[in-house]
Amino acid sequence: MRALFRGKTAFRLKAALLLVCLSAPVMAWAVDDPSEMLPDPKQERQAEAIGAQLRCLVCQNESIEDSSAGLARDLRKVVREHVAKGENSQQVIDWMVARYGNFIRLSPPVTIATLLLWGMPVLALLIGIVSAVMIFRRRTTTPAPLSAAEQARLRELGDDR
Amino acid sequence: MSSEQTPPDGQNTVTRRRLLLGVPLLGGAGICGVAFWKMLAGMQTGSFNPHDINAPVTGRPVPDFTLPDQTPGTGFATADLKTLTKPVLINFFASWCIPCIAEMEALLALQKQLPIWGVAYKDKPENAAGLLKHAGNPYARIGSDRDGRVAIDWGVSGVPESFLIAPGGMIVWHSAAGLDSPEVRDSLKNALKAVSG
Repeated sequence: MRALFRGKTAFRLKAALLLVCLSAPVMAWAVDDPSEMLPDPKQERQAEAIGAQLRCLVCQNESIEDSSAGLARDLRKVVREHVAKGENSQQVIDWMVARYGNFIRLSPPVTIATLLLWGMPVLALLIGIVSAVMIFRRRTTTPAPLSAAEQARLRELGDDR
Repeated sequence: MSSEQTPPDGQNTVTRRRLLLGVPLLGGAGICGVAFWKMLAGMQTGSFNPHDINAPVTGRPVPDFTLPDQTPGTGFATADLKTLTKPVLINFFASWCIPCIAEMEALLALQKQLPIWGVAYKDKPENAAGLLKHAGNPYARIGSDRDGRVAIDWGVSGVPESFLIAPGGMIVWHSAAGLDSPEVRDSLKNALKAVSG
């Protein structure tokens, strides 16, 4: 084997292999079948943007635009049908939420259940500011003046020299 | 430090302030702990299921649909469910779905208690018919959803999924897990009892 592929041939083979490896994930991201795509590029972009916000319910941390699961493909098709009819993004997402609940949205809306989730950055910032202020304050407070006993001890230590 | 001596006044208030600051922290941790414990307890009893995807369908009337026949049964449509006088279990299945095949035995036992109507989800009619011939047919009626579009309107995310339909066509119970699980069967039994009054 080694003797067969040497020099330029080996380089070309390696380059080809690298190209295949690199293009594999790209192929997985794209819509499975180009015939799925809408003829109008503007509408296709809108459909892709909607699909990127919808969770694939089979492989739960992928969007339907990324997933090649059967249900994701079906939902992509539904999204494109609605977009082709001229519906706006909110209408399509509402249609999906009516069937699958808020779980289908990759970015959950603000509700009582998600309040802590959305509020956490602000909360963390507040906790940080409060602790910073407290630490800062503690550092700048001047220590209490020495008591008579402490002053005597200090003098004693000074005498040792 | 010098703990035997009475601490100066300033130090005392600092300690008190630190203790007061600890109260909300401890309280917050306590609330989180209780909430987490409740969540875990709910998952154990089945009252809380974070994986339950399509909760929205329960409490709603059945969606609009028409399903053609799937041998050996006859198809059905929205009107058939809306004119019901007794509860019916709708079960989405497929011959390519192993959990559905595992569920068949439980369905065959269950059909003695209430009628089960099947929907063959994205399945070739001959394959679905073959499965029912081989495993037994628990369904009183069977419709075919070849392209899976009716299932989307029901909020089905995978097979098997079952829905309990009350008389009048209201969806009152749903499970995305197979009925071969005793917990799911118990949950269905309770829902059925509530519907039958």
